[in-house]
Amino acid sequence: MKLAEPDAKMLEEVGQLAEVRGRSLWADARARFFRNKAALAGLVVLILIFIFAMFGGLIAQYERDFVDFSLMGANAYRGGPSIETGHYFGVDIDGRDLYARTVQGTRISLLVGVVGALVAVLVGTLYGATAGYVGGRVDNIMMRTVDVLMSIPFMFVLILMLVIFGRSILMLFIGIGLISWLDMARIARGQTLTIKNKEFVEAAVATGVKPLTIILRHVVPNLLGIVIVYATLLVPQMIIFESFISYLGLGVQEPNTSLGALMSLGTKQMNNGTLWMLFYPLFFFLITLFAFFFVGDGLRDALDPKDR
Amino acid sequence: MADPILSIRDVSVTFDVRPQGAWPWTPSLKLHAVSKLSVDLMPGETLGLVGESGSGKSTLARAVIGTIPHSGGRITYEGRDLSEMTAQETRRHRRDVQMVFQDPLAALNPRMTVGDIIAEPLITHEPDTPRKQVKARVAELMEKVGLLPNLINRYPHEFSGGQCQRIGIARALIVKPKLLICDEPVSALDVSVQAQVVNLLKDLQAEMGLSMIFIAHDLSVVKHISDRIMVMYLGCPMEVGLAKGVTAEPRHPYTQALISSVPIPDPVLEAARERPVLEGDLPSPLNPPSGCVFRTRCPKAQPSCAQARPDMDNVAPDRFVACPFQEVEKVLADA
Repeated sequence: MKLAEPDAKMLEEVGQLAEVRGRSLWADARARFFRNKAALAGLVVLILIFIFAMFGGLIAQYERDFVDFSLMGANAYRGGPSIETGHYFGVDIDGRDLYARTVQGTRISLLVGVVGALVAVLVGTLYGATAGYVGGRVDNIMMRTVDVLMSIPFMFVLILMLVIFGRSILMLFIGIGLISWLDMARIARGQTLTIKNKEFVEAAVATGVKPLTIILRHVVPNLLGIVIVYATLLVPQMIIFESFISYLGLGVQEPNTSLGALMSLGTKQMNNGTLWMLFYPLFFFLITLFAFFFVGDGLRDALDPKDR
Repeated sequence: MADPILSIRDVSVTFDVRPQGAWPWTPSLKLHAVSKLSVDLMPGETLGLVGESGSGKSTLARAVIGTIPHSGGRITYEGRDLSEMTAQETRRHRRDVQMVFQDPLAALNPRMTVGDIIAEPLITHEPDTPRKQVKARVAELMEKVGLLPNLINRYPHEFSGGQCQRIGIARALIVKPKLLICDEPVSALDVSVQAQVVNLLKDLQAEMGLSMIFIAHDLSVVKHISDRIMVMYLGCPMEVGLAKGVTAEPRHPYTQALISSVPIPDPVLEAARERPVLEGDLPSPLNPPSGCVFRTRCPKAQPSCAQARPDMDNVAPDRFVACPFQEVEKVLADA
């Protein structure tokens, strides 16, 4: 059957329509994530906390290391949270503005968590993917190295390092960077083992794509879903880790502070009727962790291949 | 007669299997996936490989593209031994020999767009190609395999099985290969789509002058596309011959059993015919039977079958059968 001239012309035009944009698996996952109310709430809270940590200092009335001598010795009844004095969250035991210090503590805690997760994602993923993809003896050596590193009691080593090399935030980052990627490497390797037996990897091998390209182009994008979920759940873990170190008094040093250090100071004053010193840092600590957990759970549901 | 594009001589492929609970020093068991198999492929010819699951068809294909090393014999591609190739020759071999896979969706990376998937071999072998030209080539290939080129930015999960297989075929053909290996390309598809894909492959082969190795366990599909057919059982060739001859007049007892298992689309004929049903399962390739590997299930087995592996007898022009008791059996109806 021959088409009438206008029909044929129309068909031609339809055929040359603009390219159709596909919906990638990422786009699907994003849509699923935004349908999840709890995860969305977590994300909003997280954004608010980020804004608080970044720009909260702009409305602080005092510097974080300014000691308000007018409140000396009168903390319990005059140093409480109030708008009038400008100490929104009250003052700490030394008469410093708790609001400014909480902003800074939140910033440090987030930084520690994000740096830890970033190291885990970059180093752990590539390390695990390489070990899993290459396999054989290389895999054995690489993963046994991870086992050895894991079996070292890191808390102990980190405390020793902080004592020997001096307490600095750089040392803390090094310590956290050293341990955070180990679990990730194992997870990435396990995933890689299943991905590398898929036919699309075999197809790439058969056409002669180089191993490194295969890892970066075919393996890593397919294990990124799991990696992202694990990374969001790793952030709170790192925050807790840092808080513990700071709680012991070994982490961030004065005049800098972190949520852990603030809580440590707060608990020491619990009997003196100045509970706000504990509650404000604790509130931000809990809110941050909850938000990260909700976002992590939401991402897991959104990226779960079983759901597809 | 022209030189064969691919020549397989006494090729064996064995895998090491660790026995369960083995100590590191206990020797591995040897799994004989392909043993002493010889076959030639002429330029422009299609060789069909038939056999039940586990008969070594896919392993042979992977040995030919070089992703699995063969442990004995020689595989020569255009006169060059696969295991003696220089890096440059290997690259050329990887480019000239392309493969279409069984599971259409699993063979496509779910995170890549169709355009990127099809372009991958081209970018790998000609990294200097300008992006515009790559895109033009991809569009050209998509059109050739019957896909709308404006779907270039879509992802594999948005396509049906048949379309995915077309994408796989486009990917294999973009570098203009000389030999295309199809590893059960239609067994995961609906029957109606199977016919489309097989016809597409046939057309493309005629158009591009491809040589082809077509693997399937469905004889009727293989018969339709192949010039010659090789029937395999447990890694050994049973019968080789022209497609028409093998399907119309099977000589080897195993081929006869295979063909009798193809249903005839006529209930009267179907009910009337006698079929030799094979009993039991495929023996373990870890410990294949001595002599003829098929003797444990063969209706014509004699004590002498256990003595030595039967040679491939040239019983008729272009016809080789590995059975001394072979005889022609007319097939009831067209399979």
